[in-house]
Amino acid sequence: MAAITPDDKIDITDVVCPVTFVKTKVALEEMDEGQILQVHINDGEPIQNVPRSIKEEGHKVLAIDDNGDGTYELFIEKVGD
Amino acid sequence: MAFTNEQLERYSRHIILKEIGAKGQKKLLNAKVLIIGAGGLGAPAALYLAAAGVGTIGIADADVVDLSNLQRQVIHTTNDIGKRKVDSAAETMRAINPDVTVNTYYDFVSSVNIMDMIKDYDFILDGTDNFPAKFLINDACVMAKKPLSHAGIIRFKGQLTTILPGEGPCYRCIFKNPPPKDAVPTCKQAGVIGAMGGVIGSLQAMEAVKYITGVGELLSGYLLTYDALKMEFHKIKLPPRGKGCAVCSDTPTITELIDYEQAACDMKAH
Repeated sequence: MAAITPDDKIDITDVVCPVTFVKTKVALEEMDEGQILQVHINDGEPIQNVPRSIKEEGHKVLAIDDNGDGTYELFIEKVGD
Repeated sequence: MAFTNEQLERYSRHIILKEIGAKGQKKLLNAKVLIIGAGGLGAPAALYLAAAGVGTIGIADADVVDLSNLQRQVIHTTNDIGKRKVDSAAETMRAINPDVTVNTYYDFVSSVNIMDMIKDYDFILDGTDNFPAKFLINDACVMAKKPLSHAGIIRFKGQLTTILPGEGPCYRCIFKNPPPKDAVPTCKQAGVIGAMGGVIGSLQAMEAVKYITGVGELLSGYLLTYDALKMEFHKIKLPPRGKGCAVCSDTPTITELIDYEQAACDMKAH
């Protein structure tokens, strides 16, 4: 898979639901359409819920890379303004 | 302005809403709302607006907390009896949410002070309990082009409408003049069920939040009435703005504020 170059990065491994989604949503709101956000995210509830909620908001989940240490890198493309 | 982690958590249930989001929450934090009357309507409205993170809340009232207020004015507690209502309300709002700046006005609104009081606010909420104040607030908001939530409660009934000056009908388009003194009982004489203030005051807070965030449709051009005994809400369509209205038509006959006489038993100046 080709490497994705993000426009911004956030780490949400230090917070729990629903702040995980809230932080991701706030970061996306501050970006422009078509830009890519990289999210460092924990296994379990966060990786189950955040991508789904982000898709419901209309954004595009480009990739979810497993870091092999209980965390993931989630790449989201912002859709809409 | 970036949110702190604490703010993200405090406002998470707002930010999650697609219609509000971070942008809407920022609008709330930057908004200024004036609540006139810290009583049955103003108390729940102030609680919800403070909790919502409305950044600046003005509260005006010339009364002190009385034991008979506590059955419905939920922002005050038994320990607040004898305190100025504006101070008691401000303490509670600050305790709920330290993000909120509260401005207090320990005064009745009058033709002398109202224009200055409303001028810095984005939205005005009428929580007063008498017709002279309601007509004064309406006329001032029409003249200053300030959006206004009007409401009234008595016994088991309540009503509200949202007034957008220049766009929709005003209070005076519906009710031309105050009723004669003593023709209509006040809630002191007639009684009012405590939760009525909660229902209608919360609806006023909802209208303020919707106006600030630009979400949904406001109650402009409609009068919503609530009859608790029949458990009926009616949304009544009002005629368009201005036609023959003494204050909001394009050729108004009322161009200066009027201090109508108040039933003597209801004046309790400090």
